[in-house]
Amino acid sequence: MSNVALEIRALRKSYSNGFEALKGIDLTVAEGSFFALLGPNGAGKSTIIGIVTSLVSKTSGTVRVFGHDLGREVQEVKRNIGLVPQEFNFNNFEPVAEVVVNQAGYYGIPRPEAWKRARRYLGELGLWDKRKDMARTLSGGMKRRLMIARALVHEPRLLILDEPTAGVDIELRRSMWEFLQDINCDGRSIILTTHYLEEAERLCRNIAIIDHGRIVENTTMRSLLAKLDTETVVLELRAGAQQLPAHDSIRLRHIDELTLEADINRGEDLNNLFQLLDGAGIRVQSMRNKTNRLEELFIRMTQAAESGGLSARGAS
Amino acid sequence: MNPLHLQENWTALRTIVTKEVLRFARIWVQTLLPPMVTMALYFIIFGGLIGSRIGEMDGIRYMDFIVPGLIMLAVITNSYSNVVSSFFSSKFQRHIEELLVSPVPNSLIILGFVGGGVARGLAVGVGVTLVSLFFSPFSLHSLPVTLSVVVMTSVVFALAGLINGVFARTFDDISIVPTFVLTPLTYLGGVFYSVSLLPDFWQGVSQLNPILYMVNAFRYGLLGTTDLPLGLSYAIIIAFIVGLYLVALILLNRGVGVRS
Ligand SMILES: Nc1ncnc2c1ncn2[C@@H]1O[C@H](COP(=O)(O)OP(=O)(O)OP(=O)(O)O)[C@@H](O)[C@H]1O
Ligand SMILES: [Mg+2]
Repeated sequence: MSNVALEIRALRKSYSNGFEALKGIDLTVAEGSFFALLGPNGAGKSTIIGIVTSLVSKTSGTVRVFGHDLGREVQEVKRNIGLVPQEFNFNNFEPVAEVVVNQAGYYGIPRPEAWKRARRYLGELGLWDKRKDMARTLSGGMKRRLMIARALVHEPRLLILDEPTAGVDIELRRSMWEFLQDINCDGRSIILTTHYLEEAERLCRNIAIIDHGRIVENTTMRSLLAKLDTETVVLELRAGAQQLPAHDSIRLRHIDELTLEADINRGEDLNNLFQLLDGAGIRVQSMRNKTNRLEELFIRMTQAAESGGLSARGAS
Repeated sequence: MNPLHLQENWTALRTIVTKEVLRFARIWVQTLLPPMVTMALYFIIFGGLIGSRIGEMDGIRYMDFIVPGLIMLAVITNSYSNVVSSFFSSKFQRHIEELLVSPVPNSLIILGFVGGGVARGLAVGVGVTLVSLFFSPFSLHSLPVTLSVVVMTSVVFALAGLINGVFARTFDDISIVPTFVLTPLTYLGGVFYSVSLLPDFWQGVSQLNPILYMVNAFRYGLLGTTDLPLGLSYAIIIAFIVGLYLVALILLNRGVGVRS
């Protein structure tokens, strides 16, 4: 069992108002993996994380963390997990360093050692200079990093981050990615939820997609991306094009007057795209790959799971 | 509690108590000062101005009679309100989750919060005692009785405050019990008069009030007089500690008010 960080079987959760947030979840996260848990708003990601971290009680099912059963060995489960929750949950009126040092204390780490670790992790996350400031005076991005430092202070084998980069600027996000990758290289398993699919694509080797309390996909990032049978490029035109030429394996559509998108089947040469455009007298000023390839897959999958689609619930 | 983790648990408990003490110490103007000011007013008005016309109560100068009761009143309300507001705000701001995700056993969470409440109760108790020295000579009949009664009473109300904090959903919920239950019971618990003055019926009713026994036992510790048997007071206090502790433990184990 020791090579499985998290094993969830038949997990169900009905909240006290009767709402069934999880309808039988099965999930296995191997030790050492960097795992993405994706899903639209309200899919049940935070509910799963809440159950695993003892903040939400489960209705039925089993959860094991490094082989320890949540029902019978909750202390061992807790010792092995570090949580960065979706919402800020530290005491706003405590100085930054105390937030981290106190958390170490709850795990039984003596003060001198707790301070050493606070220094290390706050330092690595660029917050050591802020250690004496009240937590509430930090910026949003700093607060997220404070919660990361707090989650690491007892050096857990499994780090769970619920939307750690929400509201974090691009530069900082990149440095957080590097930080998390380093941590993962040290052998720590990481589970991450995010609405930035680029983030999942960059960081995670394994991925599960959850929608309406059910896992709709659970695979490696590589095999998921392999399902993408088309590549999309965005073309900026010199002049408006009236008629778009048709082609078997290249589909063109207007985004606006001077912008086209082209879906190109896998295996098709790009040269054919330009021949096609040339033939129609369309002159291209610039071309770029459409980012967030994962996004398309994601939308397709969650739409397949329920025909209503995402738009009503506003996935970001 | 796992004996293997004794050292860790001790560190965790110390962390919680330290954090709780720092919390009220940081805002001492709101937590430590007001009870001393209020009690000074009680001493001046009831003890000094009105008390001089009352004469003696149970053979004791009225001012001296009310000192133990007023110290106890301060200890009770401060132990209670420290825990209820600290626990409620930790739910409200969600940092209770820091404790819930950690391996700290619920029994230690209770002990930690109670430790903070007792620390505040005793700090205010000492402060009010110092204020009382301006009005009444210090008297100590039995140090062990005084200390044990004040500490155990403080534990009772810290536990009660914790239970209130578990159930509280709004800021109103944390002031209802102190206003409508604690203060009246304390006032009617023989702080200002000896129950022996009351008609038989009301004496009987008063004896249902647990605070009466605590105030009486404390007054015995300081002055050496009491209307009630000391052993009964101890039995009642201990019964409350055990009962409230068990209720608090069951509530936390079930995750009432903290886990959805
Ligand atoms: N305490 C609660 N009581 C009742 N329903 C709840 C509670 N918490 C969450 N829910 C419901 O459970 C569902 C799943 O919520 P959850 O927070 O797990 O979603 P999520 O996938 O984390 O969404 P997001 O991406 O918006 O964070 C939602 O429909 C939510 O309204
Ligand atoms: Mg969520």
